[in-house]
Amino acid sequence: MSTRQTSWNKDKPLYLDYQATTPTDPRVVEKMLPYFSEKFGNPHSRTHHYGWEAEDAVEVARAQIASLIGASPKEIIFTSGATESNNLALKGVGRFYKDRKNHIITCVTEHKCVLDSCRHLEMEGFDVTYLPVQQNGLINLSDLAAAMTDQTALVSIMAVNNEIGVIQPIAEIGKMCRQRKIFFHTDGAQAVGKIPINVDDMNIDLMSISGHKLYAPMGIGVLYVRRRPRVRLVAMINGGGQERGMRSGTLPTPLCVGMGEACAIAEKEMAAETERLKMLRDRFHDGINGRLSEVYLNGDLEHRIPGNLNLSFAYVEGEGLMMGVNDLAVSSGSACTSASLEPSYVLRALGVEEELAHTSLRIGLGRFTTEQEVDYAVEKICFEVERLRQMSPLWEMAQDGIDIKSIEWADH
Amino acid sequence: MNEYAYLDHNATTPVRPEALQAISAALALGANPSSVHGPGRAARRVLETARAQVAALVGAAPSDVIFTSGGTEANNLALRGCGRQRLLVSAVEHPSVLDSGAQIIAVDGHGIVDLERLDMMLAADNTPALVSVMLVNNETGVIEPVARVVEIAHRHGAQVHCDAVQAAGKIGLRMADLGVDLLTISGHKIGGPAGVGALIVNGLEDRRDLDLTASAFGGGQERGIRPGTENLPGIAGFGAAAQVAGAAISDMVRLGAMRDKLEAALRAIDPDVVIFGERVERIATTSFLTLPGTDSTTQLMAFDLAGIGVSTGSACSSGKVRASGVLTAMGIADDVASTAVRVSLGWSSQDIDIKAFISAWAELHERRRKSAESEKLIRPAA
Repeated sequence: MSTRQTSWNKDKPLYLDYQATTPTDPRVVEKMLPYFSEKFGNPHSRTHHYGWEAEDAVEVARAQIASLIGASPKEIIFTSGATESNNLALKGVGRFYKDRKNHIITCVTEHKCVLDSCRHLEMEGFDVTYLPVQQNGLINLSDLAAAMTDQTALVSIMAVNNEIGVIQPIAEIGKMCRQRKIFFHTDGAQAVGKIPINVDDMNIDLMSISGHKLYAPMGIGVLYVRRRPRVRLVAMINGGGQERGMRSGTLPTPLCVGMGEACAIAEKEMAAETERLKMLRDRFHDGINGRLSEVYLNGDLEHRIPGNLNLSFAYVEGEGLMMGVNDLAVSSGSACTSASLEPSYVLRALGVEEELAHTSLRIGLGRFTTEQEVDYAVEKICFEVERLRQMSPLWEMAQDGIDIKSIEWADH
Repeated sequence: MNEYAYLDHNATTPVRPEALQAISAALALGANPSSVHGPGRAARRVLETARAQVAALVGAAPSDVIFTSGGTEANNLALRGCGRQRLLVSAVEHPSVLDSGAQIIAVDGHGIVDLERLDMMLAADNTPALVSVMLVNNETGVIEPVARVVEIAHRHGAQVHCDAVQAAGKIGLRMADLGVDLLTISGHKIGGPAGVGALIVNGLEDRRDLDLTASAFGGGQERGIRPGTENLPGIAGFGAAAQVAGAAISDMVRLGAMRDKLEAALRAIDPDVVIFGERVERIATTSFLTLPGTDSTTQLMAFDLAGIGVSTGSACSSGKVRASGVLTAMGIADDVASTAVRVSLGWSSQDIDIKAFISAWAELHERRRKSAESEKLIRPAA
């Protein structure tokens, strides 16, 4: 950790939303900057120095990304982000193989862009199975096995959930898919750079990666597309033929360079960072549990990335809690849907009761989070929860031993 | 490579200092613009400022701007998302428009779209159509009569998309004056970064006649038309570049004078130089011209050795050795087209770049003349 440069200043909200986006690592920024100005060439210009220089940089980045996930650089397709990658994987593969197989399996807690793509494919005539999850947020492998048919073209199960940070049994899923000759796509946006991923060992055929979730900038992503056995897909953006025809458009050299450097850093530092984040996460969790009762962790603790906690605080009012901790940049769910007041569909899929789903906080820790920040956030959250509970008649009743669920409320 | 003369601004431009500053500032923000907390809202403000800056460059309303990952994506979104079954595009469009399976509208020898042909094609079939004609050609710099295309298309009930990637920042551009329904612009052609562009839809909020179905599905960003976490640093840089490019449009006078000087100098050396589109309206920064008798590949290698970067046409296809599709569409013979190179200037171009090109060109020309002479000596009767 050479660049823990952010000593947090209390005039700014404390950033604990690393699953929404990560700050771009200053080391990554430094590598990117020359490619905006002095090395600005179009990597597809094959007629002069500037073009070749940019192309070389893009190819270095491609190799860095491939190395992190055990792939060949030729299997790395640059996109504008994980949303595009997920769309391309599902619709691209689905449409290519549609005449032979028309069944897709995914799960109810996937990112919205996977679910929306699946809904769209249903309108195009595909059958989609949405697997449920267990209370810990993980799919049941026997459900998966039961859902697979000889019509199944693709299984798409995310590696790590964006709200609750749970890690799905990717290697097992990959093995099951390979045995049945079904393509396996995984949304790796929250996983790559955080946990070890090897596309060969895990039998992953397609994987979406996001730049801005691994300390690279926004606006860049990757779709890993396996070459042996070959996965084919119908492109969504045409004209120019870049990225082996799978994704046309001028490659943004600085963003590609940033993505490559971020992967190289992650590969080098993942082990140490995991230990440090686990320590901070435990410190956070223990700090909260040491002071508050009736706090529930959503999602499995063991099969979970170290940088995520998703906690529900009983007997507080959700909006009041968010207002109370407004100097902490935390979220109640995924950023894409955070403007809506609907409780998270991920938490509901886990069977979390509506009241508890409304009072959940997603706490995302990351590379620049410090012990001091964790301590401050714990103190702040405990203080607010205690304050809100003191005002809550339900909390008072619960303290008196009344089972709130047994109360029959009068109709108004 | 400070001495290198970069004359390929139509492929990409260096990022303007103001844009680089905006990019750096946005990179330091580190929040998702969709997050509701303080840092998220700060990111959202940067996004909306940039939207207004980009809108201002083309005289559109900020609410008309849909940010994309670039010109290619914006063109794809316009053509596939417009919900029109019939597409008509000019023969000199960028591959991202041309490869859409559309019917092709022929162009004349200057590369200008044939308006009578367009009128006839639209009259022959009343399937709801979208016509796509670029404002400025990326290879020749020729300005297309888009306002007249709109007049004809709208008369037939067709919508019009215009790829203005090479026009923005180089000619005054007001969406309302052009009358187009959809317009594409790109960040890295105006001194912003690559990886960002915009599709601008005239009156997006109130339009019922356009069915811009999203081609990607997800988080609902950009009003659901283009989901995915916004490329905030890219968009911030795009906005800053749009603002500077709009204000610096007078720089076209300087660049136009440089371009004219270059063309005059080459013509003085060899009156047989062909300059494509020179007799019609062109932007100030582009010259697509031949060195008679010397094929493009030889020229490109010689220019690169002399520290000059030019190209044979669009960057996407410059790896392939074949004549430009634009020149073929203009009816230019292959032996002429195969001796063409494109010189394109931009905001960072200086007189010294032009001088370097002229002297390298003169040297190549002289070499060609000498070898032609010696061939004559060896085979006088040939």
